[in-house]
Amino acid sequence: MNLDVLASCFATASCAVTQVSTGLIVGMLLFLVASGLSLIFGVLGVINFAHGAFYMLGAYFAFLCFEQTGSFLAALVAGAAGAGIIGVLFERFFMSKVYGRDLLMQLLVCYAAILIFDDLVKILFGAEYKLMGMPESFATAPVEIAGGFIPGYYIFMLGMSLGIGLLLWLGINRTRLGKVIRALAINPQMVGALGINTTLLYAGVFGLGCMLAGTAGALAAPVRSLTPGMGLSVLIESFIVTVIGGMGSIPGALAAALLIGLTRAFGAIGFPLFVDGLMFALMGLVLVLRPSGLFGARAT
Amino acid sequence: MAAPILQIHDTDVFYGASQILFGIDLAVERGQTLALLGRNGAGKSTTFKAIAGIAPPRRGHIALSGQTLSGKPPYLVARAGIGYVPEDRQVFPEHTVEDNLIVGAKPGPRGDRHWTAARIYELFPVLAGMRHRMAGRLSGGEQQMLTIARTLMGNPDILLLDEPSEGLAPIVVRAIGDLIRTLRGMGVTILLAEQNMHFCLGIATHATVIDKGQVVYSDTIDALRGNDAVMQRYLAV
Ligand SMILES: Nc1ncnc2c1ncn2[C@@H]1O[C@H](COP(=O)(O)OP(=O)(O)OP(=O)(O)O)[C@@H](O)[C@H]1O
Ligand SMILES: [Mg+2]
Repeated sequence: MNLDVLASCFATASCAVTQVSTGLIVGMLLFLVASGLSLIFGVLGVINFAHGAFYMLGAYFAFLCFEQTGSFLAALVAGAAGAGIIGVLFERFFMSKVYGRDLLMQLLVCYAAILIFDDLVKILFGAEYKLMGMPESFATAPVEIAGGFIPGYYIFMLGMSLGIGLLLWLGINRTRLGKVIRALAINPQMVGALGINTTLLYAGVFGLGCMLAGTAGALAAPVRSLTPGMGLSVLIESFIVTVIGGMGSIPGALAAALLIGLTRAFGAIGFPLFVDGLMFALMGLVLVLRPSGLFGARAT
Repeated sequence: MAAPILQIHDTDVFYGASQILFGIDLAVERGQTLALLGRNGAGKSTTFKAIAGIAPPRRGHIALSGQTLSGKPPYLVARAGIGYVPEDRQVFPEHTVEDNLIVGAKPGPRGDRHWTAARIYELFPVLAGMRHRMAGRLSGGEQQMLTIARTLMGNPDILLLDEPSEGLAPIVVRAIGDLIRTLRGMGVTILLAEQNMHFCLGIATHATVIDKGQVVYSDTIDALRGNDAVMQRYLAV
């Protein structure tokens, strides 16, 4: 433990700023992945154990598109859309066959998908680490706040993920489609009797959830190294986030993701060997004090 | 005699291995309010579920304005013009009254949108006053009104009401009855499942009685009222 280092980091503005920005970035990426996981669970009642694979797919789609076009915007769209489309196909051909079945059955289908996607990526891109590199438009001098330096791309990522989170929240709470989706989560038979194609909607929601994971992967691509299997740790962390925030709650996912991000950033200084343990400890604490998570278990 | 708008012909329905409906024949003409009467467990709800596509018939034929419904999934049945209001008031409890209506909104089978939220609120002044309240916080009668209103928002050709008076206080039952009469006056075609014969008098124009999954009587409601034998045997009044 390096508690004195941690204390001195809190005491120096520059260190605090740097760590907070790192924590926010980690947190916001987690938020995007976890909100997709949470959305799928809230509406379809299944846990998409393959969610991390869609994060990976998003990153690789973005990587590929960036190599081809050199446009980071196109890469972002490719990452989101690619993961979304594959998500819809995965739901239609595999996941929808195990709705209402044993949890173990669903887990197996997802685990198979993880292995297949990982191997496909290995075949297409190789097993070694890939670096996409920072898009030129972000290769500017970092922004200085109170002596701490924040890369321009971090600010972009923060804005993007906050914007996406806000859009998602507004979409679910304010649009007719969002209201239908929330109704679907509660009473699918009634929604069908009102003339809504619930099968199509399930596929759409699943795809949207995967798209959120893919977007996170694409946003992470310039700052993380890409490797087959990169989805696993993200998956586990998003589980922790949904447990802390409350399954099905988007504001809960945001709060919990930021909590985890900051815990990671500061934990890396204070308890470098116990960062993962710290996250689980946090989860355990929340489970004991508020078993349904910070924001309950509503599908909103 | 006008061609029926909804026609059920010789239809069998099973739940798993047990047969519930036996060769049901039923016809509703445009503008009619047909009461589907029968005791507890007679098969009224099952008939509705068969029409709505939720309990697809194993044999027989169901058609709306000549268009086959049997075999279609529920959402296509709804789009074809069936407005199914299930029993036990399935409002979306965590949606506001207005959002319940919004979820139900769709054009009718010919693309028409007669029913708007504004028209609904005119017809259901009770709902107008609580449009921002969570539907789960409404009373039973208000929830019943809301489920009917929500289905009307889908501009159906025929309204299927499954025991709308069930479990409601007498004064509320009367209000629901008035509402159905008003709808009938507006020319809405209605199929009304009820155990409560008295509720249907003065509301329905015609009556079909089922017992143990079979149609045992079909005539005008006035003819049924004069037929003590049928009423005593099948309706326990
Ligand atoms: N899901 C089901 N599985 C098996 N049997 C069922 C199912 N639902 C209903 N039944 C049976 O089918 C028969 C008809 O039920 P149905 O609900 O259609 O009756 P009902 O006329 O609507 O009665 P009520 O007035 O009580 O609503 C009953 O004997 C009932 O036990
Ligand atoms: Mg019934």
